[in-house]
Amino acid sequence: MKGYRAEELRRMLYRLKKNKLSILGLILVSTIFFIALFAEIIAPYPEDSYKIHIEKVFQPPSWEHPFGTDEMGRDVLSRVILGSRISLILGISVIIVAVSLGTVLGLIAGYLGGFIGSLIMRVTDVFLSVPSMALVLAVSAVVEPTMENLIFAISFGWWPWYTRLVYGEVLSLKEEEFVQAAESLGAPSLYIMFKEILPNLIPILIVKGSLDMGYAILTGSILGFLGLGVRPPTPEWGTMIGNGRLHLPGKWWLTFFPGLAIFLTVFSFNLLGDGLRDALDVKLE
Amino acid sequence: MKPLLRVQNLKVGFSIFDGFMKVLDGISFTVFEGEPVGLVGETGCGKSLTVKTMLRMLPSTAHISGRIFFKGEELLSMDEDRFYRLRGNEIAYIPQEPMNSLNPVFTIKEQMIDHMLFKGLRKVGWNKYYSLRKNKERINKALEKAKEMLEKVQIPDPARVLDSYPYQLSGGMRQRVLIAMALLASPSLLIADEPTTALDVTTQAQIVKLLKERIFNERLATIYITHNLGIARQVARRILVMYAGNIVESAFTEELFREPLHPYTRGLLDAIPKLTKEEVEGIPGRIPDYVNPPSGCRFHPRCPYRMNVCSKVKPELTEVKSGHYVSCHLYEKGKRV
Amino acid sequence: MKTVLLNVENLKKYFPILGGIFGKVIGYVKAVDDISFSIYEGETFALVGESGSGKTTVGKIIVGIYKPDSGKIIFNGYDLFNTNKKFLKKIKMNISMVFQDPASSLNPRKRVIDIVMTPLNIYKIGSKQDRIKRVRELINLVELTDEYLYKYPYSLSGGQKQRVAIARALALNPRFIVLDEPTSALDVSVQAKILKLLIRLQKMYKLTYMLITHDLSIVRNVADRVAVMYLGNIVEIASTEELFHNPLHPYTRALLSSIPVITNEEAELLPEKVELKGEIPSPVDVPSGCPFHPRCYARTDICDKNKPALKELRKEHFVACHLF
Repeated sequence: MKGYRAEELRRMLYRLKKNKLSILGLILVSTIFFIALFAEIIAPYPEDSYKIHIEKVFQPPSWEHPFGTDEMGRDVLSRVILGSRISLILGISVIIVAVSLGTVLGLIAGYLGGFIGSLIMRVTDVFLSVPSMALVLAVSAVVEPTMENLIFAISFGWWPWYTRLVYGEVLSLKEEEFVQAAESLGAPSLYIMFKEILPNLIPILIVKGSLDMGYAILTGSILGFLGLGVRPPTPEWGTMIGNGRLHLPGKWWLTFFPGLAIFLTVFSFNLLGDGLRDALDVKLE
Repeated sequence: MKPLLRVQNLKVGFSIFDGFMKVLDGISFTVFEGEPVGLVGETGCGKSLTVKTMLRMLPSTAHISGRIFFKGEELLSMDEDRFYRLRGNEIAYIPQEPMNSLNPVFTIKEQMIDHMLFKGLRKVGWNKYYSLRKNKERINKALEKAKEMLEKVQIPDPARVLDSYPYQLSGGMRQRVLIAMALLASPSLLIADEPTTALDVTTQAQIVKLLKERIFNERLATIYITHNLGIARQVARRILVMYAGNIVESAFTEELFREPLHPYTRGLLDAIPKLTKEEVEGIPGRIPDYVNPPSGCRFHPRCPYRMNVCSKVKPELTEVKSGHYVSCHLYEKGKRV
Repeated sequence: MKTVLLNVENLKKYFPILGGIFGKVIGYVKAVDDISFSIYEGETFALVGESGSGKTTVGKIIVGIYKPDSGKIIFNGYDLFNTNKKFLKKIKMNISMVFQDPASSLNPRKRVIDIVMTPLNIYKIGSKQDRIKRVRELINLVELTDEYLYKYPYSLSGGQKQRVAIARALALNPRFIVLDEPTSALDVSVQAKILKLLIRLQKMYKLTYMLITHDLSIVRNVADRVAVMYLGNIVEIASTEELFHNPLHPYTRALLSSIPVITNEEAELLPEKVELKGEIPSPVDVPSGCPFHPRCYARTDICDKNKPALKELRKEHFVACHLF
């Protein structure tokens, strides 16, 4: 059994390898994950997530502090590294919530249809008609800024897109002969939805999920920037930019490095997502 | 009769995930002027690939060697502009699946006129495009020719069809339109790739009759690709049987059905369900993997008459009887071994 | 003695066409338009027709993919659309289907073993171990080796895919199998092997087949009785032998005469060449009276006014035509 899964993976990797940019994306994303995982070990001053060193405030980049220090004397490099974990957890959680919710709702609406299906899609339409940022901001403004609440808030803006995507796919998959074959065997609807249709949704969800990951992280940073993110002193890229903004243009390093981190993260996930789409697409042929 | 098209030792291969696919394994054949030739074989034997190579429609990743002569000129090395002119005016191609070969957002009239205005041109800049489209005289002439061609393919109401969109026409109608479009340039060679496979049996019969009685004539040579030997029998004067990238047998139609020589041809004929209720026999095994094709004769693993030499040496296409060629070790030097 | 296994009575299925902004019904695709026929136990019954004939729809109604608008289907004495759900589930174990395109009838994201196990899973037959054993049996029955169990459909050839589909159809030991163009998507040399397999399985398990096809040569070789369909109607029913020797309906004659045969002996068996005018109309726009009348060479005055009923003209030979 293992042999065949391995071959699938090999084929996928072969196609991925053909696209140089997506290899870059894969390497970058892996690096970011690695950094987030081992943040405390990599960061030169891990205690700077909460410790204050008034005597070292606003130091420009130097050998001891390659990214300089911020308004509380904390090492910016360490905070950027530590912040990667927050951002990644945020991004991954949002995507997981959005994908799960969207898939279940999309499956029900697409396959079972009927009144419930229409209801689901109308609600989804309503959510889609409001700009997602506005939704996210509205929700995060009224809840306490804990990690769970942030994830909840950001997911608000994301789930309707997945519902719509899944709905469309399910509508077309429903007419495929292998689904009709299962129906002819008398399979109950739940079985067909989860055992026949769902496996065919996975490639699309992987692609969209990885492409969206970057943007989910960006959204989290936007909230942080606006002061709606996690409470200080937790290091978060958006919050760091928000705080550092006041000291521009003189103390540029406070905003530049977190900003660069956000940029690279979004960029890497984009590359990876693009590559995955090509790799998985061909395989589906 | 003069030879119109001569293919010499054509080899085509592709680089893929698992290695290198050696599909066409050195095929050679000739098509004479005015001759309807059937190119017959099962899925994956390389028949569509052969014509696509002729039309230079392969991606640049394809490895091609060999030569193709059309009216004496070599096609594969020809300069692009010249080739495009040739392809647009002398060689016509009807692709598989009439359902999908017409552009769904343009009327038939627009497509046929465009076909005539722009055939053979490789690059059309905006200036040229507009000047051609504004040329009322040319457009009217093109329209006349289009009507003429639609009548030729026995479309009952040409004016109505011209104004229709492809989705408004049935499969049989679309196929007739494609045939008409192919004939617009008065080509000397028509290549039809499975033109009736997607059609109903009664429609198929109509199209075959149309082709035989009104289209195939002494000025138009045809390569008719099909996997259906029954259709080939009705349509072609000479049949080439392909297997795994090789031509295994070539003979005049009646001769081929009366005395099929190659074991694969025999197997194919035996496999077809007949009204006379003879028992059908499949051919054991599968078509070979092109990355690691069988050594010697590519058919040998499945051949009931296999001999030792068959796995070592690839047989040449030799003339065993007048006009009847086989590529098989059973028939060396014109005699059955 | 021949017992009737399946009885189809006055079956109708119209698919509504929705149009306009509010999705109103603007027309119907008359896929199946009041047809009746019987299938005897142990026989191979062929349902023949071209596109738009409705033959595939009939098959799909029998296996429960579509619900008919009216009419009855009686299987082994039980009305398939009028029995309580629990009992119906048990009855349906006896009916299965092999679909036309093996590429799309197998879930591309499932392995062969899971595909063939699907019916066993749905009906919760035996333990996991039992099921695996049974799948092994089935795979070997369709002449595939164990190594195919863990492959995905994309790595199988057309013939192998079809074998998997057949294995799946046999999983619950059915008595009746609907075969929808089981070999149309396959190459000729593979076709012969699949046909032989199906015939062998039929003998082994005393199966009853309903073969849906447009290929009359296969019908001649494999079917005991044939029903010819045109635009949702049955125009002729007869034993295969009788149909080929004595085709009565003009459409049947046209169909037979257009078979592209490969030997002269076969050509002699065909009726005189009949050429049909025009093409098959869409089932949205079925002609009045006899649906075949616009193309019929023997048309008379009443043909566009009254739809002819299916009458038994000779023993077990039915035709729906005003000529008779």
